[in-house]
Amino acid sequence: MNIAVCVKHIPDPNLPGELDGQRLKREGVQGTLDPGDEFGVETALQLKQAHEGEVTLVSMGPPQALEGIRRGLSMGADKGVLVSDDSLQGADALITARVLAAAIKRTDFDLVIAGVESTDGYTGTMPSTLAELLGVPQLTFTNAIEATGDALKVHRQTVDGYQVVECSLPALITVTAGVNEPRYASFKGIMAAKKKPVEELSVADLGLSADDVKVAQNIVDISQAEERKAGEVIEDDGSGAAKIADYLKEAKVI
Amino acid sequence: MAKIWVFAEVNNGKVDTAALEILTKARELGGEVEAVALGPGSTDAAKELGQYGATSVYASDDEVYADYVAQPAAHALHELVKEHAPELILFATNYDSRDIAGRLSARTGSTLMSNCFDILGTDKARTTIFGGATVVDVALEGTPKIALVRPKSFEPEASGGEANVMPVEVDIPDDLKKAKRVERHEEQASGPKLEEAPIVISGGRGLQDASNFELLDQLAGAIGNAAVGATRAVVDAGWVPYAYQIGQTGTTVKPGVYIAFGISGATQHIVGMKGAKTIIAVNKDEDAPIFQIADLGIVGDALKILPQLIEEIKTRKG
Repeated sequence: MNIAVCVKHIPDPNLPGELDGQRLKREGVQGTLDPGDEFGVETALQLKQAHEGEVTLVSMGPPQALEGIRRGLSMGADKGVLVSDDSLQGADALITARVLAAAIKRTDFDLVIAGVESTDGYTGTMPSTLAELLGVPQLTFTNAIEATGDALKVHRQTVDGYQVVECSLPALITVTAGVNEPRYASFKGIMAAKKKPVEELSVADLGLSADDVKVAQNIVDISQAEERKAGEVIEDDGSGAAKIADYLKEAKVI
Repeated sequence: MAKIWVFAEVNNGKVDTAALEILTKARELGGEVEAVALGPGSTDAAKELGQYGATSVYASDDEVYADYVAQPAAHALHELVKEHAPELILFATNYDSRDIAGRLSARTGSTLMSNCFDILGTDKARTTIFGGATVVDVALEGTPKIALVRPKSFEPEASGGEANVMPVEVDIPDDLKKAKRVERHEEQASGPKLEEAPIVISGGRGLQDASNFELLDQLAGAIGNAAVGATRAVVDAGWVPYAYQIGQTGTTVKPGVYIAFGISGATQHIVGMKGAKTIIAVNKDEDAPIFQIADLGIVGDALKILPQLIEEIKTRKG
Protein backbone atom coordinates (compact mmCIF):
# COMPACT_ATOMS: atom_id res chain seq x y z
CA MET A 1 0.00 0.00 0.00
CA ASN A 2 1.62 3.24 -1.13
CA ILE A 3 0.67 6.14 1.05
CA ALA A 4 1.04 9.89 0.58
CA VAL A 5 0.86 11.87 3.82
CA CYS A 6 0.17 15.62 3.69
CA VAL A 7 2.35 17.43 6.20
CA LYS A 8 2.58 21.10 7.09
CA HIS A 9 5.37 23.06 8.71
CA ILE A 10 3.78 25.71 10.89
CA PRO A 11 4.89 28.44 13.30
CA ASP A 12 5.26 26.86 16.75
CA PRO A 13 1.69 26.89 18.11
CA ASN A 14 2.99 27.37 21.63
CA LEU A 15 4.34 30.79 20.74
CA PRO A 16 2.02 33.80 20.40
CA GLY A 17 1.03 34.35 16.75
CA GLU A 18 2.15 37.46 14.90
CA LEU A 19 1.02 39.15 11.73
CA ASP A 20 3.36 40.22 8.97
CA GLY A 21 1.20 42.69 7.07
CA GLN A 22 -1.89 40.66 6.25
CA ARG A 23 -0.43 37.23 6.70
CA LEU A 24 0.61 35.04 9.53
CA LYS A 25 4.26 35.78 10.17
CA ARG A 26 6.31 32.74 9.16
CA GLU A 27 9.74 34.15 8.49
CA GLY A 28 12.15 34.09 11.40
CA VAL A 29 9.55 32.33 13.52
CA GLN A 30 10.40 29.06 15.23
CA GLY A 31 8.64 26.41 13.17
CA THR A 32 7.54 22.84 13.75
CA LEU A 33 5.79 19.97 12.01
CA ASP A 34 2.08 20.52 12.71
CA PRO A 35 1.48 18.32 15.79
CA GLY A 36 -1.76 17.11 14.16
CA ASP A 37 0.26 15.72 11.24
CA GLU A 38 2.31 13.41 13.45
CA PHE A 39 -0.81 11.25 13.85
CA GLY A 40 -1.09 11.00 10.08
CA VAL A 41 2.56 9.99 9.72
CA GLU A 42 2.15 7.38 12.48
CA THR A 43 -1.01 6.01 10.83
CA ALA A 44 0.90 5.64 7.55
CA LEU A 45 3.85 3.91 9.21
CA GLN A 46 1.55 1.41 10.94
CA LEU A 47 -0.28 0.67 7.67
CA LYS A 48 3.05 0.24 5.92
CA GLN A 49 4.15 -2.25 8.58
CA ALA A 50 1.03 -4.33 7.93
CA HIS A 51 0.71 -3.94 4.17
CA GLU A 52 4.18 -2.95 2.92
CA GLY A 53 4.57 -0.21 0.34
CA GLU A 54 6.10 3.22 0.57
CA VAL A 55 5.28 6.33 2.62
CA THR A 56 5.79 9.67 0.86
CA LEU A 57 5.46 12.97 2.73
CA VAL A 58 4.04 15.78 0.63
CA SER A 59 4.26 19.37 1.76
CA MET A 60 3.74 22.87 0.45
CA GLY A 61 5.53 25.76 2.11
CA PRO A 62 8.57 28.00 2.19
CA PRO A 63 12.04 26.37 1.96
CA GLN A 64 12.22 25.93 5.75
CA ALA A 65 9.23 23.56 5.49
CA LEU A 66 11.91 20.99 4.65
CA GLU A 67 12.44 20.71 8.42
CA GLY A 68 8.90 19.40 8.82
CA ILE A 69 9.49 16.78 6.15
CA ARG A 70 12.79 15.76 7.79
CA ARG A 71 10.96 15.29 11.06
CA GLY A 72 8.48 12.90 9.39
CA LEU A 73 11.31 11.10 7.62
CA SER A 74 13.08 10.63 10.93
CA MET A 75 9.94 8.94 12.27
CA GLY A 76 10.29 6.45 9.42
CA ALA A 77 8.69 7.77 6.23
CA ASP A 78 10.59 6.86 3.05
CA LYS A 79 10.78 10.06 1.03
CA GLY A 80 9.45 13.57 0.67
CA VAL A 81 8.15 16.07 -1.83
CA LEU A 82 8.24 19.79 -1.07
CA VAL A 83 6.50 22.31 -3.28
CA SER A 84 7.97 25.71 -2.65
CA ASP A 85 7.27 28.78 -4.75
CA ASP A 86 7.02 32.51 -4.10
CA SER A 87 3.71 32.59 -5.96
CA LEU A 88 2.18 30.40 -3.24
CA GLN A 89 2.41 32.97 -0.46
CA GLY A 90 -1.03 33.50 1.02
CA ALA A 91 -2.45 30.43 -0.76
CA ASP A 92 -5.97 29.51 0.35
CA ALA A 93 -7.27 25.97 0.89
CA LEU A 94 -8.28 25.53 -2.76
CA ILE A 95 -4.85 26.51 -4.08
CA THR A 96 -3.13 24.33 -1.48
CA ALA A 97 -5.30 21.40 -2.57
CA ARG A 98 -4.48 22.03 -6.25
CA VAL A 99 -0.76 22.04 -5.51
CA LEU A 100 -0.86 18.94 -3.32
CA ALA A 101 -3.10 17.12 -5.83
CA ALA A 102 -0.62 17.82 -8.62
CA ALA A 103 2.27 16.60 -6.46
CA ILE A 104 0.43 13.48 -5.27
CA LYS A 105 -0.69 12.56 -8.80
CA ARG A 106 3.00 12.15 -9.66
CA THR A 107 3.26 9.37 -7.06
CA ASP A 108 1.68 5.95 -7.30
CA PHE A 109 -0.68 6.22 -4.33
CA ASP A 110 -3.35 3.95 -2.85
CA LEU A 111 -4.12 6.11 0.14
CA VAL A 112 -3.72 9.78 1.05
CA ILE A 113 -3.63 10.76 4.73
CA ALA A 114 -4.03 14.26 6.16
CA GLY A 115 -4.79 15.79 9.53
CA VAL A 116 -8.36 16.92 10.17
CA GLU A 117 -7.26 20.55 10.01
CA SER A 118 -4.02 22.45 10.33
CA THR A 119 -3.23 23.95 13.70
CA ASP A 120 -2.42 27.38 12.24
CA GLY A 121 -5.05 27.95 9.53
CA TYR A 122 -7.68 25.39 10.65
CA THR A 123 -9.93 25.72 7.61
CA GLY A 124 -10.50 21.95 7.62
CA THR A 125 -11.59 21.92 3.98
CA MET A 126 -8.29 21.29 2.18
CA PRO A 127 -8.50 17.47 2.48
CA SER A 128 -11.97 17.16 0.94
CA THR A 129 -11.06 19.57 -1.87
CA LEU A 130 -7.92 17.48 -2.43
CA ALA A 131 -9.97 14.27 -2.52
CA GLU A 132 -12.28 15.74 -5.15
CA LEU A 133 -9.33 16.87 -7.28
CA LEU A 134 -7.83 13.37 -7.01
CA GLY A 135 -11.19 11.81 -7.83
CA VAL A 136 -11.26 9.65 -4.70
CA PRO A 137 -13.70 9.42 -1.77
CA GLN A 138 -12.77 11.01 1.54
CA LEU A 139 -13.26 9.66 5.03
CA THR A 140 -12.77 12.59 7.38
CA PHE A 141 -12.53 12.70 11.18
CA THR A 142 -11.44 9.08 11.49
CA ASN A 143 -10.33 7.79 14.86
CA ALA A 144 -10.04 4.07 14.10
CA ILE A 145 -8.75 2.65 10.85
CA GLU A 146 -8.79 -0.92 9.63
CA ALA A 147 -7.31 -1.73 6.24
CA THR A 148 -7.34 -4.80 4.07
CA GLY A 149 -5.34 -4.90 0.85
CA ASP A 150 -7.77 -2.87 -1.21
CA ALA A 151 -10.38 -1.47 1.16
CA LEU A 152 -10.79 0.52 4.36
CA LYS A 153 -13.17 0.40 7.28
CA VAL A 154 -13.03 3.40 9.61
CA HIS A 155 -14.79 4.98 12.54
CA ARG A 156 -15.74 8.53 11.67
CA GLN A 157 -16.57 10.94 14.50
CA THR A 158 -19.91 12.69 14.43
CA VAL A 159 -21.36 15.31 16.69
CA ASP A 160 -22.97 12.74 18.98
CA GLY A 161 -21.04 9.55 18.38
CA TYR A 162 -19.48 7.86 15.40
CA GLN A 163 -20.27 6.14 12.13
CA VAL A 164 -18.64 3.09 10.62
CA VAL A 165 -17.76 3.86 7.01
CA GLU A 166 -16.36 1.47 4.41
CA CYS A 167 -14.75 2.25 1.10
CA SER A 168 -12.46 0.84 -1.54
CA LEU A 169 -9.01 2.21 -2.32
CA PRO A 170 -7.74 4.60 -3.56
CA ALA A 171 -9.13 6.99 -0.96
CA LEU A 172 -8.23 9.89 1.29
CA ILE A 173 -8.63 9.87 5.06
CA THR A 174 -8.16 12.54 7.69
CA VAL A 175 -7.10 11.37 11.12
CA THR A 176 -7.96 12.98 14.42
CA ALA A 177 -5.36 13.71 17.05
CA GLY A 178 -5.31 10.85 19.52
CA VAL A 179 -5.92 8.16 16.88
CA ASN A 180 -2.57 6.67 17.88
CA GLU A 181 0.61 7.41 19.82
CA PRO A 182 3.07 8.98 17.35
CA ARG A 183 6.51 7.41 17.74
CA TYR A 184 9.54 9.43 18.73
CA ALA A 185 12.28 9.77 16.16
CA SER A 186 15.28 7.72 17.28
CA PHE A 187 18.84 8.99 16.87
CA LYS A 188 19.26 6.40 14.13
CA GLY A 189 16.07 7.64 12.50
CA ILE A 190 17.28 11.24 12.58
CA MET A 191 20.60 10.27 10.99
CA ALA A 192 18.86 8.15 8.34
CA ALA A 193 16.41 10.96 7.52
CA LYS A 194 19.27 13.16 6.34
CA LYS A 195 19.98 10.73 3.51
CA LYS A 196 16.39 10.11 2.41
CA PRO A 197 15.37 11.68 -0.89
CA VAL A 198 13.33 14.90 -0.88
CA GLU A 199 12.21 16.23 -4.24
CA GLU A 200 11.83 20.01 -4.35
CA LEU A 201 9.38 21.32 -6.93
CA SER A 202 8.05 24.65 -8.13
CA VAL A 203 4.54 25.48 -9.36
CA ALA A 204 5.79 25.29 -12.96
CA ASP A 205 7.32 21.84 -12.32
CA LEU A 206 3.82 20.65 -11.43
CA GLY A 207 2.38 21.97 -14.67
CA LEU A 208 0.19 24.50 -12.87
CA SER A 209 -0.45 27.95 -14.32
CA ALA A 210 -0.39 31.34 -12.60
CA ASP A 211 -4.21 31.30 -12.71
CA ASP A 212 -4.30 27.99 -10.85
CA VAL A 213 -2.56 29.59 -7.89
CA LYS A 214 -4.19 33.01 -7.98
CA VAL A 215 -5.54 33.91 -4.53
CA ALA A 216 -9.25 34.76 -4.52
CA GLN A 217 -9.46 35.79 -0.87
CA ASN A 218 -8.21 39.22 0.08
CA ILE A 219 -8.05 40.65 3.55
CA VAL A 220 -9.67 44.06 3.46
CA ASP A 221 -9.65 44.92 7.13
CA ILE A 222 -7.95 43.81 10.33
CA SER A 223 -9.07 45.00 13.73
CA GLN A 224 -8.78 44.05 17.35
CA ALA A 225 -11.75 42.13 18.69
CA GLU A 226 -13.63 43.63 21.55
CA GLU A 227 -11.70 42.08 24.36
CA ARG A 228 -13.24 40.34 27.27
CA LYS A 229 -11.72 42.01 30.25
CA ALA A 230 -9.96 39.81 32.73
CA GLY A 231 -11.97 39.92 35.92
CA GLU A 232 -10.86 39.21 39.41
CA VAL A 233 -8.12 36.60 39.84
CA ILE A 234 -7.58 35.36 43.38
CA GLU A 235 -5.33 32.83 45.04
CA ASP A 236 -7.27 29.96 46.60
CA ASP A 237 -6.73 30.21 50.35
CA GLY A 238 -9.48 27.73 51.14
CA SER A 239 -12.28 30.17 50.30
CA GLY A 240 -12.20 29.62 46.53
CA ALA A 241 -15.22 27.29 46.51
CA ALA A 242 -17.30 29.73 48.56
CA LYS A 243 -16.27 32.56 46.24
CA ILE A 244 -17.48 30.58 43.20
CA ALA A 245 -20.76 29.79 44.97
CA ASP A 246 -21.24 33.53 45.65
CA TYR A 247 -20.72 34.21 41.98
CA LEU A 248 -23.21 31.52 40.97
CA LYS A 249 -25.73 33.04 43.35
CA GLU A 250 -25.19 36.46 41.84
CA ALA A 251 -25.71 34.96 38.37
CA LYS A 252 -28.95 33.45 39.75
CA VAL A 253 -27.74 29.93 38.95
CA ILE A 254 -28.32 28.73 42.50
CA MET B 1 -31.05 40.09 -7.40
CA ALA B 2 -28.14 37.98 -6.21
CA LYS B 3 -29.06 34.46 -5.17
CA ILE B 4 -27.84 33.41 -1.76
CA TRP B 5 -28.03 29.72 -0.95
CA VAL B 6 -27.96 28.06 2.42
CA PHE B 7 -27.09 24.37 2.55
CA ALA B 8 -29.20 22.82 5.31
CA GLU B 9 -28.31 19.51 6.93
CA VAL B 10 -31.33 17.41 7.87
CA ASN B 11 -30.66 14.56 10.29
CA ASN B 12 -33.34 12.17 11.53
CA GLY B 13 -35.96 14.52 10.17
CA LYS B 14 -34.60 17.48 12.10
CA VAL B 15 -33.23 20.61 10.44
CA ASP B 16 -29.82 21.65 11.76
CA THR B 17 -30.34 24.75 13.91
CA ALA B 18 -27.25 26.34 12.38
CA ALA B 19 -29.02 26.38 8.99
CA LEU B 20 -31.84 28.44 10.54
CA GLU B 21 -29.29 30.82 12.08
CA ILE B 22 -27.62 31.31 8.70
CA LEU B 23 -30.96 31.78 6.90
CA THR B 24 -31.82 34.50 9.40
CA LYS B 25 -28.59 36.31 8.53
CA ALA B 26 -28.95 35.69 4.79
CA ARG B 27 -32.28 37.57 4.80
CA GLU B 28 -30.43 40.72 5.85
CA LEU B 29 -28.08 40.61 2.88
CA GLY B 30 -30.71 41.78 0.45
CA GLY B 31 -30.62 38.91 -2.03
CA GLU B 32 -32.92 36.12 -3.00
CA VAL B 33 -32.52 33.54 -0.24
CA GLU B 34 -32.91 29.87 -1.12
CA ALA B 35 -32.00 26.62 0.62
CA VAL B 36 -30.78 23.21 -0.46
CA ALA B 37 -31.50 20.08 1.59
CA LEU B 38 -30.46 16.60 0.50
CA GLY B 39 -31.39 13.28 2.10
CA PRO B 40 -34.36 11.70 3.88
CA GLY B 41 -36.72 14.23 5.49
CA SER B 42 -35.61 17.12 3.28
CA THR B 43 -38.97 17.74 1.59
CA ASP B 44 -40.69 17.96 4.97
CA ALA B 45 -37.92 20.23 6.24
CA ALA B 46 -38.71 22.76 3.51
CA LYS B 47 -41.58 24.13 5.58
CA GLU B 48 -39.32 25.14 8.46
CA LEU B 49 -36.64 26.47 6.12
CA GLY B 50 -39.34 28.62 4.52
CA GLN B 51 -40.35 29.97 7.90
CA TYR B 52 -36.80 31.20 8.40
CA GLY B 53 -36.58 32.93 5.07
CA ALA B 54 -35.93 30.50 2.21
CA THR B 55 -38.21 31.39 -0.71
CA SER B 56 -37.39 28.14 -2.47
CA VAL B 57 -35.98 24.88 -1.16
CA TYR B 58 -34.25 22.49 -3.53
CA ALA B 59 -34.97 19.18 -1.84
CA SER B 60 -34.42 15.48 -2.37
CA ASP B 61 -35.36 12.69 0.03
CA ASP B 62 -33.08 10.21 -1.74
CA GLU B 63 -31.30 7.84 0.67
CA VAL B 64 -28.17 8.01 -1.46
CA TYR B 65 -27.21 11.28 0.27
CA ALA B 66 -27.37 9.66 3.70
CA ASP B 67 -25.82 6.35 2.68
CA TYR B 68 -22.68 7.72 1.04
CA VAL B 69 -20.33 10.36 2.43
CA ALA B 70 -20.13 13.75 0.66
CA GLN B 71 -19.65 12.71 -2.98
CA PRO B 72 -23.33 12.41 -4.04
CA ALA B 73 -24.28 15.65 -2.28
CA ALA B 74 -21.34 17.56 -3.79
CA HIS B 75 -22.29 16.25 -7.22
CA ALA B 76 -25.98 17.20 -6.91
CA LEU B 77 -25.09 20.60 -5.50
CA HIS B 78 -22.71 21.24 -8.37
CA GLU B 79 -25.42 20.34 -10.90
CA LEU B 80 -27.81 22.76 -9.17
CA VAL B 81 -25.16 25.49 -9.11
CA LYS B 82 -24.62 25.09 -12.85
CA GLU B 83 -28.34 25.43 -13.45
CA HIS B 84 -29.23 28.26 -11.05
CA ALA B 85 -25.96 30.20 -10.63
CA PRO B 86 -26.10 31.36 -7.00
CA GLU B 87 -23.72 34.16 -6.04
CA LEU B 88 -22.96 32.92 -2.55
CA ILE B 89 -23.38 29.50 -0.90
CA LEU B 90 -23.36 29.33 2.89
CA PHE B 91 -22.71 26.17 4.88
CA ALA B 92 -22.59 25.61 8.63
CA THR B 93 -19.26 24.34 9.97
CA ASN B 94 -20.49 20.80 10.53
CA TYR B 95 -18.89 17.48 9.68
CA ASP B 96 -20.78 16.64 6.52
CA SER B 97 -21.20 20.24 5.34
CA ARG B 98 -17.46 20.84 5.61
CA ASP B 99 -16.76 17.82 3.41
CA ILE B 100 -19.38 18.76 0.84
CA ALA B 101 -18.27 22.40 0.70
CA GLY B 102 -14.66 21.33 0.20
CA ARG B 103 -15.54 19.07 -2.70
CA LEU B 104 -17.79 21.72 -4.25
CA SER B 105 -14.94 24.24 -4.14
CA ALA B 106 -12.78 21.85 -6.20
CA ARG B 107 -15.56 21.42 -8.76
CA THR B 108 -16.55 25.07 -9.17
CA GLY B 109 -12.96 26.26 -8.81
CA SER B 110 -14.15 28.99 -6.49
CA THR B 111 -12.65 30.00 -3.20
CA LEU B 112 -14.00 28.73 0.09
CA MET B 113 -13.72 30.71 3.29
CA SER B 114 -13.85 28.81 6.58
CA ASN B 115 -14.66 29.76 10.16
CA CYS B 116 -16.77 32.80 9.32
CA PHE B 117 -18.71 34.24 12.22
CA ASP B 118 -20.32 37.02 10.24
CA ILE B 119 -21.32 37.54 6.61
CA LEU B 120 -20.89 41.16 5.57
CA GLY B 121 -22.31 40.91 2.05
CA THR B 122 -22.48 38.53 -0.87
CA ASP B 123 -18.73 38.92 -1.36
CA LYS B 124 -17.37 39.61 2.10
CA ALA B 125 -17.16 37.68 5.34
CA ARG B 126 -15.59 38.02 8.75
CA THR B 127 -13.47 35.61 10.74
CA THR B 128 -11.13 35.79 13.71
CA ILE B 129 -7.59 34.63 14.26
CA PHE B 130 -5.40 34.18 17.33
CA GLY B 131 -8.20 32.65 19.37
CA GLY B 132 -10.61 35.44 18.59
CA ALA B 133 -8.30 38.32 19.54
CA THR B 134 -8.07 39.69 16.00
CA VAL B 135 -10.97 40.22 13.59
CA VAL B 136 -10.30 39.80 9.88
CA ASP B 137 -12.63 40.88 7.05
CA VAL B 138 -12.08 39.02 3.80
CA ALA B 139 -13.30 39.91 0.30
CA LEU B 140 -14.05 36.90 -1.91
CA GLU B 141 -13.63 36.76 -5.66
CA GLY B 142 -15.17 34.45 -8.27
CA THR B 143 -18.58 32.78 -8.47
CA PRO B 144 -20.05 31.12 -6.57
CA LYS B 145 -18.40 32.25 -3.37
CA ILE B 146 -18.51 29.56 -0.71
CA ALA B 147 -18.38 30.20 3.02
CA LEU B 148 -18.51 28.00 6.11
CA VAL B 149 -20.15 29.72 9.05
CA ARG B 150 -19.58 28.71 12.67
CA PRO B 151 -22.73 27.56 14.48
CA LYS B 152 -24.19 30.06 16.99
CA SER B 153 -22.94 33.06 15.04
CA PHE B 154 -26.48 34.41 14.71
CA GLU B 155 -29.70 34.19 16.69
CA PRO B 156 -32.30 32.26 14.61
CA GLU B 157 -35.47 34.24 14.04
CA ALA B 158 -38.44 33.08 11.96
CA SER B 159 -39.84 35.45 9.37
CA GLY B 160 -42.97 33.42 8.78
CA GLY B 161 -42.39 32.83 5.10
CA GLU B 162 -43.31 29.90 2.96
CA ALA B 163 -40.97 28.09 0.59
CA ASN B 164 -41.63 26.60 -2.81
CA VAL B 165 -40.34 23.06 -2.85
CA MET B 166 -38.21 22.40 -5.90
CA PRO B 167 -37.63 18.64 -6.21
CA VAL B 168 -34.02 17.76 -7.00
CA GLU B 169 -33.66 15.00 -9.52
CA VAL B 170 -30.00 14.46 -10.18
CA ASP B 171 -28.64 11.09 -11.24
CA ILE B 172 -25.77 10.05 -9.01
CA PRO B 173 -23.16 8.09 -10.98
CA ASP B 174 -22.16 4.78 -9.40
CA ASP B 175 -18.52 5.80 -9.11
CA LEU B 176 -19.57 8.44 -6.57
CA LYS B 177 -21.12 5.79 -4.33
CA LYS B 178 -17.89 4.72 -2.68
CA ALA B 179 -17.68 5.73 0.98
CA LYS B 180 -20.64 3.90 2.50
CA ARG B 181 -21.97 4.47 6.00
CA VAL B 182 -22.65 0.98 7.34
CA GLU B 183 -23.33 1.72 11.02
CA ARG B 184 -24.33 4.73 13.11
CA HIS B 185 -23.67 5.02 16.84
CA GLU B 186 -25.02 7.79 19.03
CA GLU B 187 -23.90 8.44 22.56
CA GLN B 188 -26.75 9.54 24.80
CA ALA B 189 -25.79 12.11 27.39
CA SER B 190 -27.99 12.59 30.44
CA GLY B 191 -29.12 16.11 31.30
CA PRO B 192 -29.34 19.03 28.86
CA LYS B 193 -27.48 18.95 25.55
CA LEU B 194 -24.10 20.62 25.67
CA GLU B 195 -24.89 23.26 23.04
CA GLU B 196 -28.19 24.15 24.68
CA ALA B 197 -27.34 24.03 28.40
CA PRO B 198 -27.55 27.33 30.30
CA ILE B 199 -24.65 26.21 32.47
CA VAL B 200 -21.58 24.38 31.21
CA ILE B 201 -18.99 22.79 33.45
CA SER B 202 -15.88 21.61 31.71
CA GLY B 203 -12.59 19.96 32.49
CA GLY B 204 -9.10 19.79 31.06
CA ARG B 205 -5.75 18.14 31.71
CA GLY B 206 -5.60 19.74 35.14
CA LEU B 207 -8.09 17.13 36.36
CA GLN B 208 -5.18 14.68 36.08
CA ASP B 209 -7.20 11.52 35.50
CA ALA B 210 -10.28 10.40 33.59
CA SER B 211 -11.93 9.20 36.80
CA ASN B 212 -12.01 12.76 38.15
CA PHE B 213 -14.56 13.75 35.52
CA GLU B 214 -17.04 12.13 37.89
CA LEU B 215 -16.63 15.24 40.07
CA LEU B 216 -17.85 17.43 37.19
CA ASP B 217 -20.92 15.20 36.81
CA GLN B 218 -21.59 15.55 40.54
CA LEU B 219 -21.26 19.32 40.37
CA ALA B 220 -23.57 19.46 37.34
CA GLY B 221 -26.08 17.37 39.28
CA ALA B 222 -25.83 19.64 42.34
CA ILE B 223 -26.30 22.82 40.31
CA GLY B 224 -28.96 21.34 38.01
CA ASN B 225 -29.64 22.13 34.35
CA ALA B 226 -25.92 21.93 33.62
CA ALA B 227 -23.97 19.99 31.00
CA VAL B 228 -20.42 18.69 31.19
CA GLY B 229 -17.84 19.46 28.50
CA ALA B 230 -14.14 18.96 27.93
CA THR B 231 -11.07 20.21 26.08
CA ARG B 232 -9.63 18.59 23.02
CA ALA B 233 -6.60 17.43 25.00
CA VAL B 234 -8.62 15.18 27.30
CA VAL B 235 -10.87 13.95 24.48
CA ASP B 236 -7.75 13.04 22.50
CA ALA B 237 -6.43 11.27 25.58
CA GLY B 238 -9.61 9.19 25.60
CA TRP B 239 -10.92 10.37 28.99
CA VAL B 240 -14.36 11.30 27.64
CA PRO B 241 -16.11 10.80 24.28
CA TYR B 242 -15.82 13.30 21.47
CA ALA B 243 -19.38 14.49 22.11
CA TYR B 244 -17.94 16.41 25.10
CA GLN B 245 -15.44 18.43 23.10
CA ILE B 246 -15.78 22.21 23.19
CA GLY B 247 -13.71 24.30 20.81
CA GLN B 248 -12.67 24.99 17.29
CA THR B 249 -13.26 21.35 16.49
CA GLY B 250 -16.17 20.19 18.59
CA THR B 251 -19.09 22.11 19.95
CA THR B 252 -19.45 25.88 20.23
CA VAL B 253 -21.25 26.85 23.43
CA LYS B 254 -22.71 30.15 24.60
CA PRO B 255 -24.10 29.41 28.05
CA GLY B 256 -24.98 31.92 30.74
CA VAL B 257 -22.26 30.52 32.96
CA TYR B 258 -19.16 28.56 31.98
CA ILE B 259 -17.00 26.99 34.68
CA ALA B 260 -13.60 25.69 33.58
CA PHE B 261 -11.65 23.32 35.81
CA GLY B 262 -8.01 22.60 35.03
CA ILE B 263 -8.21 24.22 31.60
CA SER B 264 -5.28 26.39 30.55
CA GLY B 265 -7.16 28.13 27.74
CA ALA B 266 -5.58 27.07 24.45
CA THR B 267 -6.85 28.95 21.38
CA GLN B 268 -8.53 25.77 20.18
CA HIS B 269 -10.71 25.76 23.31
CA ILE B 270 -11.30 29.51 23.77
CA VAL B 271 -12.84 29.82 20.29
CA GLY B 272 -15.62 27.47 21.34
CA MET B 273 -16.59 29.07 24.66
CA LYS B 274 -15.66 32.75 24.75
CA GLY B 275 -19.25 33.70 23.97
CA ALA B 276 -20.34 32.62 27.46
CA LYS B 277 -21.92 35.40 29.51
CA THR B 278 -19.95 34.66 32.67
CA ILE B 279 -16.72 32.66 32.76
CA ILE B 280 -15.31 31.18 35.94
CA ALA B 281 -11.95 29.42 35.80
CA VAL B 282 -9.97 27.33 38.26
CA ASN B 283 -6.36 26.57 37.39
CA LYS B 284 -3.12 25.97 39.28
CA ASP B 285 -1.07 28.13 36.93
CA GLU B 286 -1.60 31.82 37.55
CA ASP B 287 -0.31 32.57 34.04
CA ALA B 288 -2.90 30.34 32.33
CA PRO B 289 -4.43 32.24 29.38
CA ILE B 290 -7.93 31.32 30.56
CA PHE B 291 -7.59 33.91 33.34
CA GLN B 292 -7.36 36.67 30.75
CA ILE B 293 -10.96 36.08 29.72
CA ALA B 294 -12.42 34.86 33.01
CA ASP B 295 -14.72 37.04 35.08
CA LEU B 296 -13.63 35.13 38.14
CA GLY B 297 -10.33 33.28 38.25
CA ILE B 298 -9.26 31.08 41.13
CA VAL B 299 -5.59 30.11 41.23
CA GLY B 300 -5.81 26.74 42.92
CA ASP B 301 -6.18 22.99 42.61
CA ALA B 302 -9.36 22.00 40.81
CA LEU B 303 -9.36 18.62 42.55
CA LYS B 304 -9.37 20.31 45.95
CA ILE B 305 -11.94 22.96 45.07
CA LEU B 306 -14.42 20.70 43.26
CA PRO B 307 -15.53 18.60 46.28
CA GLN B 308 -15.72 21.77 48.42
CA LEU B 309 -17.88 23.48 45.80
CA ILE B 310 -20.23 20.49 45.49
CA GLU B 311 -20.72 20.53 49.28
CA GLU B 312 -21.11 24.30 49.35
CA ILE B 313 -23.83 24.25 46.71
CA LYS B 314 -25.68 21.37 48.36
CA THR B 315 -25.63 23.30 51.65
CA ARG B 316 -26.79 26.56 50.10
CA LYS B 317 -29.57 24.86 48.20
CA GLY B 318 -30.62 23.21 51.46
